[in-house]
Order: sequence, then structure tokens, then C-alpha cells
Amino acid sequence: MANISKEEVKHVAHLARLAITDEEAEMFAGQLAAITNFAEQLNELDTTNVVPTTHVLPLVNVLREDKAVPGLDREKMMKNVREQEAGQVKVPSILD
Amino acid sequence: MTLFNYSASELQEMIHNKELSIADLTAEAYTRIEALDEDVKAFLALNKEQAMAQAKEMDEVPASERGPLFGMPIGVKDNIVTEGLETTCSSKILQGFNPIYDATVVRKLREAGMITIGKLNMDEFAMGSSTENSAYKITRNPWDLDRVPGGSSGGSAASVAAGEVPFSLGSDTGGSIRQPASFCGVVGMKPTYGRVSRFGLVAFASSLDQIGPITRNVKDNALLLEAISGVDENDTTSANVDVPSFVESLTGDVKGLRIGVPKEYLGDGVGEAAKQSVLDALKVLESLGATWEEVSLPHSKYGLATYYLLASSEASSNLARFDGIRYGFRAENVESLMDLYKETRAQGFGDEVKRRIMLGTFALSAGSYDAYYKKAQQVRTLIKQDFDQVFENYDVIIGPTTPTPAFKVGEKNDDPLTMYANDILTIPVNLAGVPGISVPCGFSEGMPLGLQIIGKHFDEATIYRVAHAYEQATSFHKETPQLWEGAKS
Repeated sequence: MANISKEEVKHVAHLARLAITDEEAEMFAGQLAAITNFAEQLNELDTTNVVPTTHVLPLVNVLREDKAVPGLDREKMMKNVREQEAGQVKVPSILD
Repeated sequence: MTLFNYSASELQEMIHNKELSIADLTAEAYTRIEALDEDVKAFLALNKEQAMAQAKEMDEVPASERGPLFGMPIGVKDNIVTEGLETTCSSKILQGFNPIYDATVVRKLREAGMITIGKLNMDEFAMGSSTENSAYKITRNPWDLDRVPGGSSGGSAASVAAGEVPFSLGSDTGGSIRQPASFCGVVGMKPTYGRVSRFGLVAFASSLDQIGPITRNVKDNALLLEAISGVDENDTTSANVDVPSFVESLTGDVKGLRIGVPKEYLGDGVGEAAKQSVLDALKVLESLGATWEEVSLPHSKYGLATYYLLASSEASSNLARFDGIRYGFRAENVESLMDLYKETRAQGFGDEVKRRIMLGTFALSAGSYDAYYKKAQQVRTLIKQDFDQVFENYDVIIGPTTPTPAFKVGEKNDDPLTMYANDILTIPVNLAGVPGISVPCGFSEGMPLGLQIIGKHFDEATIYRVAHAYEQATSFHKETPQLWEGAKS
């Protein structure tokens, strides 16, 4: 049985960019352990030399002609931006 | 009685004979919603003003320029973007988001002359099987308001079952069209992966997601799939294959059809009522000249674990875009950019979405990748091969859509794994990328049951032919829930 510690959960939450409380870390530790233990059943299967399926269709390298086409309208694209200044997206400072 | 008792072709005839206008038909949808949706809670946003204006204009279009779906009202699942009409995926993180373009399917609806009535409730980001995971409201099953409509396309199925709209679009990643269609007693099709463009469908698990139609009868369903299918330069995973006339395949003839019935779909964990309804349906198809034999999809039981690892992994990557910067909800009172990301996502996502992001991030992280993610991709190959082998000798695969009829609201909230088990019969179909439909096939304790018909890649035509022949030989699809008549319409 795989156990997942609270510290591991907090590390995963950081990778996923999710703020997490101690109580949540505890809850997720239990639930993730249950789900990953359930997933251990896949180890019953010998998959040596089985090619992984990433995609069910026989499609590779779907390309369009290399020709410039108009994109979306800039003003439209700014419509859903909560904070903006001089046509730029505003975010909290990223340097101290 | 409502206008939505009629099929699209019957409505077109009434419009042609001037017994009905498109404006009347559009108004009927809003009258029904006003009367019923307080109970059913299927709709999130309504498009009333625009829809009524559009209907009036369309009444002026000459008959020669009208197709079979012209003027028909439709509801759209809230993970499909609609320009200028709020699209939230039932998540707080997209509250107030107004898309700046239409999904390809929405453009195609417009080209077919369909009228978008509003946006339909769902499990947040399509993660769930009951529509209880919506950040806004819990949709109810029109057959029993104490029960769930299924999910994640719960609003799409419930709105059609309640007769609020005759058509809706859902999306299906692991059963999210077929399971609610089964729970609500309507027809729901998950097309072959690649049949319908996903451009403008907010991505959950990109290698599994497909948009598909939900209707009250098979012919309407075939009409709508025909309208939304086709290759799209904006979706590189849409397939460049011919779109046949699905309606022409509705011949009623299933003589000589070879049906495979997987023993795993009638085994442990599947309720007696579901099993019996499938055996009864097979008798009907036999009487029409089809034959059936027991077959095996030996890796079925591994589908659930495979699905949750792969879908969650893809979701953890897809949902990284919701960061509070360019659209949607943004957390307040934070100091740094990192805290803005983390707080926005912590406050904006619900528990089930967080759980799957966590699972996916874990499965993809260093040290877990081979053991979980790659292993699941390999098992996916085995599951796909199961289907390939059966389809060498059979035209369709038939089984129940769900192990049981709709459960009570709140009944399965405590343990995620119990909730996930709802989807054991639908998930393998997404993993293999093949098409599957759910059609009404009986009742248990007053709640509808669904028959699942699965076909070969890009052979929706055969599925529709079988579903239609079965439908014409039975009357389950004509049943309506009690509240259907209760509307002051």
C-alpha cells in the first residue's frame, strides 16, 4: 500500500499552483492514497513491450500552410482582463 | 402537452403549413423554462433577447433556404464557448467570463439555423457523474427531483427530458453524455474521437473529450450529429473523414446484424434491472433479424483506474491556464505573482477539480510518471485492442449504459471511488475512441434505464440504424416524466 504523506501532498500542491491548508493536505493525503492504491491493480497486467496509446487516431504532424493569417482582435482579447494598464495585462510585482 | 412532444420533422411540417412560427417555437422554450427550471435547475444563463430577435428574422427566410434543423431551439453545455454569452464551465474560476469567439460547433449550429436558448449546468469542468459538482446549482432529475440527472452533462440531459428544449449539446470524456442520457431517459451520442471539432470546447482530457447531441429520439440525434460533424482546421485532432448522411442510415433494417454482448458488461456490479432490460432489448433486436453472442472485453475492469490516471493527468495540464491573469476570477489581497496563482486557483476551483489536478500532477511528477501515467497509457492500448478484436467479427457491441438507474442527490458524495464506479461501462469506449449511444430501454422503480450501443471507429451510421430500429419497435422513448404535463404551457 502506497502511503502519501502530508508533505508530499503539499509539494504536489505547490507544483499544481494550489494554495492548500493543513486540513486539506490531510484530506487529500487520504484520498490520493486511496485512489493510487486502487490504481495499483494495473500492475496485475504485464505490459512489457506494449506500446503506450497517447492518441487513438492515426494522425501525425497536422500542419497548415505557412501563411500569415489575421489573429483575434487585440481589444477584444483584453475584454476579460481584470486589471490592465495602457493596453497591457497588469499583475502583482514579480521582483522584490 | 408541449410542442416538444414533436420531432424536428413534425415541427418543420407545422412551420411549413403556417400552423407554427419559429418565434412561437422559441417562445415555447422560454415558457417551459420559466415554468419548470425552478425545479429542474438545468440552465445557468439564458439568451432570451437575442434568441427571440433571431427567431423573428428567421421567420422571414424563404422555405427553400431552410434545412431540417432550421429554427429548432437548442441548449448548449456550459463548457462550449459562445461569443458574448457567459461561459463558466460551472466553475467559480470562470464567473463572468464572456467568450470572444464561438466554438466551431456553435458556428455550425448557427449555420444550420438553430437557435441557442441558453447555457446548461454541468459538473465543474465536466468532472463528475451527478452534476452535484457545479459551483452554482444542483440540477435535478425530471423523473424524480430527489435524484441526480447524472453528469457531467446533467443540465443537457435534464433540459431535454423536461421538455425545456428538444435538442442539446453535451460533452463526453468518460460517459458524460451517455450516463446522464440514460438517467434521464433520452438519447445521447458520444461520437468517434475526431468526428466533431473540439475547438471552443474547454479542454478537460484532450485525448478523450468529444462533443455530442442529446435529443428525445434517434432521428433528431442523427440530424444534429450530421450538422456538427466534420474536419476543422482549428482542431488538429479532428479527422478528415467523410460525414455520411446519418439520417439515410435509419432504414429500420437490422437483418443479419451481428451483435457482441460483453460478459463483463452483464457481470458483477451491474444491477439486475439493467441486465434484464438489456436481455429484453436483445430479444427485440433478434425478432427483427439480428443475432447476438456473448463476447469478452477482458480488460474492462482496468478501465476505471486507467481513465482516472490519464484523464486527471491531462486535466492537470489543461487547467494550468486558469491562473487569474487574463480572464475569469482573480484572488484579491495577494502580494506576489506566485500567491496570486495559488490563491486564485485555491479559491476558484471546487474540491473535485482540485482532487483531480492533484492526482494528475502526482501521476506526472518525477518518480511517478512510469509507474502511473505510462502504465495507464499501456493499459489503454490493451483496452483498445479488446474492442478491435471484437469488431473483427461483430457489427456493434451492446450492453447497459450504467449499472443502476439514477441515485439520490447526496447519496454518493462521501467517497470519490463510489461515485467514479458509475462510469465503468462507458469509460472503455472513450479510451478506445469508438462511438457509443445511450437509448431508453426500460424503467426500474420509475426511473429510466439506458441501452448502450457501441460501434466501430467512424461507424455512427450503424449505431443509429440499430438504435432507430430498436426505438421504432419499442415505446420507452415516448414516456415522459410527470412534470412534463405539469408545466403551464
